[in-house]
Amino acid sequence: MNAQETTMREQFAATATELLDRDPRTALVLADIGVAQFPDAPRAHPDRVVNVGIREQLMIGVAGGLALTGMRPIVHTFASFLIERPFEQLKLDLGHQGVGAVLVSAGGSYDWPTAGLTHMSPGDVALLDTLPGWHVHVPGHPAEADTLLRHAVAAGDTLQYVRLSAHQNAAPRPIAPGKFLTIHQGSKLAGTVLAVGPMLDAVLAATEGLDVTVLYAATVRPFDGAGLRAAIGERADVVLVEPYLAGTSERAAHQALADLPHRVLGLGVPLAEHRHYGSMSEHLAAYGLDATGLRARISEYLW
Amino acid sequence: MTSEAIRTTGGYTDLPHLISLMAGDEKHSPAAHSTLDALWVLYDRVLNAHPGNADAQDRDRFLLSKGHGPMAYYAVLAAKGFFPTELLRGFGGYDSPLGHHPNRLLVPGAEIGSGSLGHGLPLAVGTALGLRAQGLSGPAVWVLIGDAEFDEGSNHEAVAFAGAVGLDRLHVVVIDNSSATHGWSGGIAARFAGAGWSTATVDGRDHEELYRAYTAPHQGRPHVVVARTESKNS
Repeated sequence: MNAQETTMREQFAATATELLDRDPRTALVLADIGVAQFPDAPRAHPDRVVNVGIREQLMIGVAGGLALTGMRPIVHTFASFLIERPFEQLKLDLGHQGVGAVLVSAGGSYDWPTAGLTHMSPGDVALLDTLPGWHVHVPGHPAEADTLLRHAVAAGDTLQYVRLSAHQNAAPRPIAPGKFLTIHQGSKLAGTVLAVGPMLDAVLAATEGLDVTVLYAATVRPFDGAGLRAAIGERADVVLVEPYLAGTSERAAHQALADLPHRVLGLGVPLAEHRHYGSMSEHLAAYGLDATGLRARISEYLW
Repeated sequence: MTSEAIRTTGGYTDLPHLISLMAGDEKHSPAAHSTLDALWVLYDRVLNAHPGNADAQDRDRFLLSKGHGPMAYYAVLAAKGFFPTELLRGFGGYDSPLGHHPNRLLVPGAEIGSGSLGHGLPLAVGTALGLRAQGLSGPAVWVLIGDAEFDEGSNHEAVAFAGAVGLDRLHVVVIDNSSATHGWSGGIAARFAGAGWSTATVDGRDHEELYRAYTAPHQGRPHVVVARTESKNS
């Protein structure tokens, strides 16, 4: 990744600041992390930018309370602290109360390997799958993060999760929230590879020269089962490549293909803890999620 | 506002009868009654919350965090006309909106669903912030917790934050029936005071004491009323 590129987190700060300026219904809730990215917003909107300190349970409770009064909270911290630590608050202070919020995470599954598991959350999307009503967006580029954030904030009082990562593709794609995008169309007898968010570039490199259909998902919940059905030809063999826990979307893919003979292989971050530090690229390689590892596993499965 | 809109269907002396309508297997009945007087004085004399303004943005908010044993709460809501008293007979039944823990999407007048401890106060902090952000400085936000519920760490996150930012439209009633396993040496109010809150500790059965404590001025600070009742095990 070029150090001079905008990161998804920087894009989030710019987009959220603009939304705070334009929409009096929005509020930003932070728990110390990310505060420096919003140098002016607290002064411009002292009642709508809330930093609760290092208190993640309170952060989600506050979001629920804001939503109960009709506001649209945007809540941000690292994925581990946003989804895993206050998980019961997500269940009860948002969903059970019948109110929504826009949760925006950073860190993802493997962004800071030098930090170890304390700052990694490969299970976040799988956890949200145990709760009803969540929309999950996994942008692969800062420009997509901008599109998905605006969509999520504007989406009424719904439950929205936007998962940002330092891992990104070289270029944005013309995404439409909620729809899978066909990046490469294989033959009728080709298998299908669904790349989620930042996995797209590695999937394209891994499948170069292979007869496969490559789909791209920047929104994974709801799962665009109709889009998957439309993309597969006469062979319903699907490989999912996700930047979080391997197999997270297998159930959704099986549901989409329930009336067809089909096979699904879920690739992603392994469940076992890798007790190594190092770099993001070293971790992706160790997980088999770099182009080399993906090519080997996709080739073996689809041929 | 019409007199019809704020009609009441009962008074304090009707509450025992209303509670008795909720027959059945109520697992938290000792907890149900510890809240009765504190709730009644709030709804009868303090809160600007009644069936006539249930959807108004400038209503006061009461959040029952201690959702265990909600019979006293349901009785007070019925007495104040939020729903017909006949509903009480179905308490806990499959088709009844009145569960053993309240659900805000089912119970008219309930601001939150509760039962799992430690959620109401953080939600109340967010509610107070949300009202302030919309320029609504009038409505008061009240939340009721139990002394054992105070054990939950999420409450301590909320107490520290609300005190630090001077969230003065936030009010907490702690029903203290000495049910916390390890207790709170020096009393619960001391924890709130240490976080910058205005505090009062009163006899939770004495309506005049409760009223005075509820209405005590507390400029620039959130306010807690610790209502002491007979011990859970007495």
